[in-house]
Amino acid sequence: MGGLVSKFLQRWTVFAGLVVVWQLLGWFADDPFFPPPSKILTAAYEWWVVEPSNFTEHIVPSVTRLLSGWAIACVIGVSLGLLLGRSERAMEYAGPLLVFLRSIPPPALVPVFLLLFKAGTSMQLATIVFGVVWPVLLNSVDGARSVDVTKVDTSAVFQIPRWQWVLGVVLPAASPKIFAGLRVSLSLSLVLMVISELVGTDNGIGSQLMQAQREFDYTRMWAGIVLLGVLGYGLNTALLAVERRALAWQPRSRDEQHA
Amino acid sequence: MRAFTRGLLGIAGFLVLWELLGRSPLIPAEALPPPSVVFGELVTQLTSPDFISHVVATVLALLIAIVIAVVIAVPSGLVLGSIPAVRHATRAVIEFLRPIPSVALIPLALVMLGFGPETKITLAVYAALWPILFNTIYALDELDSLLVDTARVFGTGRIGVLFLVALPSALPFVLTGIRLAATTALVVMVSVELMAGSQIGIGYFIMEARSGPGRMDQVLVGTVVAGAIGVLLNNGLERVRRRWVAW
Amino acid sequence: MSNMLEVADLGHTYGDHEAIGGLSFTVRAGELVCVVGPSGCGKSTLLRTISGLVAPSRGDVSLHGSHLAVVFQDYSRSLFPWLTVQGNVEFPLRSLPRAERRKRAAEALEWVGLAGAARKRPWQLSGGMQQRVAIARALAYRPALLLMDEPFASVDAQTRFELEDLLLRVRREHDTTVLVVTHDIDESVYLGDRILVLSGSPARLVADLEVPLPAERNQVTTRTDEVFVELRSKVARLLNVGKPAAMDVEKWAAAERESLSETVSS
Ligand SMILES: Nc1ncnc2c1ncn2[C@@H]1O[C@H](COP(=O)(O)OP(=O)(O)OP(=O)(O)O)[C@@H](O)[C@H]1O
Ligand SMILES: [Mg+2]
Repeated sequence: MGGLVSKFLQRWTVFAGLVVVWQLLGWFADDPFFPPPSKILTAAYEWWVVEPSNFTEHIVPSVTRLLSGWAIACVIGVSLGLLLGRSERAMEYAGPLLVFLRSIPPPALVPVFLLLFKAGTSMQLATIVFGVVWPVLLNSVDGARSVDVTKVDTSAVFQIPRWQWVLGVVLPAASPKIFAGLRVSLSLSLVLMVISELVGTDNGIGSQLMQAQREFDYTRMWAGIVLLGVLGYGLNTALLAVERRALAWQPRSRDEQHA
Repeated sequence: MRAFTRGLLGIAGFLVLWELLGRSPLIPAEALPPPSVVFGELVTQLTSPDFISHVVATVLALLIAIVIAVVIAVPSGLVLGSIPAVRHATRAVIEFLRPIPSVALIPLALVMLGFGPETKITLAVYAALWPILFNTIYALDELDSLLVDTARVFGTGRIGVLFLVALPSALPFVLTGIRLAATTALVVMVSVELMAGSQIGIGYFIMEARSGPGRMDQVLVGTVVAGAIGVLLNNGLERVRRRWVAW
Repeated sequence: MSNMLEVADLGHTYGDHEAIGGLSFTVRAGELVCVVGPSGCGKSTLLRTISGLVAPSRGDVSLHGSHLAVVFQDYSRSLFPWLTVQGNVEFPLRSLPRAERRKRAAEALEWVGLAGAARKRPWQLSGGMQQRVAIARALAYRPALLLMDEPFASVDAQTRFELEDLLLRVRREHDTTVLVVTHDIDESVYLGDRILVLSGSPARLVADLEVPLPAERNQVTTRTDEVFVELRSKVARLLNVGKPAAMDVEKWAAAERESLSETVSS
């Protein structure tokens, strides 16, 4: 119990200290660019709690788009990745193309998507999916390749059906790598969600940020930034929890390393 | 050689598909010009000093950002990775800062730093910090304690261990971190340029081509060049890693 | 007795390296046949061609039965860490109804004495226990022919004796046809009804020996039996043990140097 308390203190003292210093500096210096935390929190409260319509019209759609874009990218990335990873030949054909496509900064394609899909949800989803599919895809390829020879031979000898080979051998063998890709692309989806909302739309967290900038409302800008930080932290924590359960079979438990 | 040919065939197949899609009536011609048009425009642009200066501006800013990020992140990673107390104490702060997407800082950076190159460099540095920092910390975690003990036995001090043992054995991970960071920095750089955070650069070129004359072929020229820069950076850094870090 | 496996003029070449050079032999139903040969002569390659994992360059393999099972030497890698012990044993039985699957797995685990470990993960078990899981999985599959590639090579001597007796008991009780590859001469005599002795690379059949020992074997009495001792030295002579050819000495020295440099560098 004492250990827990001291760990908690160790972890949050510096954080709390920084917030307090910022608060004090904010009071004394009164710099408009750096409003104190208390003001930021008040702004957030007034913005999203006092007016719940702001919450349902901006935050909820943003998060929904983020999660659906990420989910679509995961499905495409994992299935295509496993397919390519199990075929040396296919990877030889697709490899250089993938390297090139992955290197295209997704915001550069926003104008193309804008014309192809018109402004709106499908254009935003396309941006998110194109931007985050690569880490999942390439990690799945890597993971599918990592199935060791003995397991491949074992599966061949017992003549298991095709679905069992894919779902029962390749997928679990690749899953540690896949999860690593999922985590990278989840934090990328947050970036792309914001990017996709900066142009051609007036709903979502990103567009609210732009609006705050236009109105020179720095406190709201900070509230938006903090919100995105909290969102990213929460999503990552949730995914880690899922990963820990899904990969519980791994011989060296990650729990010890993270503790 | 065979694999190389197959790779070329893959890219050729993609171009043919794009050409067919671009010429098909399903997709409005102005939305997706076919590669034949885009590559014609690419040749024209590559001989235009205006376009070249956009490319140079982006690449230069990118290199500066990567260097600054390395200078900040590697020493911080070494400190955080080798002194557990510091790491525990700053953990909450780092875990809170990391998920803040750099593009969310665009509005703030714009009003604080203006429309010059400082804004895009600062934001690219912010985005590039994390992969390098975490890979450095991770590398120190993985450090073989036998190596450290061996060095200690021979009378190497704490600082000595850091520079003679920890840094060399962490180098491969650090270089991987830099490679990831470079790609991320490129994305952020072009995004910032696109969001009017600059008056020069590939992103600015793309934005201008779109909003002014609506020249989608030029938009795609910018996209292709940005992708090519990404490929070059990635392969170049990978080659550096293989060459310098042979173990 | 009917033949379970017929191998006719089987040959295999990797690139320009001839691993097997024309092998012909048969395995009768219910028999336990041991294959011995010097290291690197092509024993694993033989098993891989029989099990269909590689297509032989020439010759024929005909199996008179529907399916076969293999127990790999590398047992820890042939078990799936994401499945429990029971899941691993049920692995080849997915096409069966659930109840039947359960029953067979429980049965097989009982035979190898691991009924209590069904819910564990393979990596929570010792090496010998893992190898028993692999054997249980092969048995649950009820193969017409059970192939084993140096199954007891990487367990300690005590466990090895136990596993050898386990194999003898299980195959007596269930009338399984077994082909065991080993490089241990004693093991081949102790286990086998017949021994196939192979020459060094490329593998050719040097001798096909009947083992005139009673079906019941015992780790202490059998190994001191005169028949056992005599047969053992005969196989050893056939394998040229004790007076290695000049060529082999050189190879051995090279291998030794290599392994030394590996330990130094790692
Ligand atoms: N995939 C392969 N490609 C090329 N050569 C191979 C391959 N597999 C085996 N060989 C070669 O074929 C020969 C026989 O190999 P094999 O693994 O069958 O020997 P083995 O008798 O099982 O050896 P050990 O007793 O060490 O297990 C060896 O010289 C080996 O180098
Ligand atoms: Mg072998």
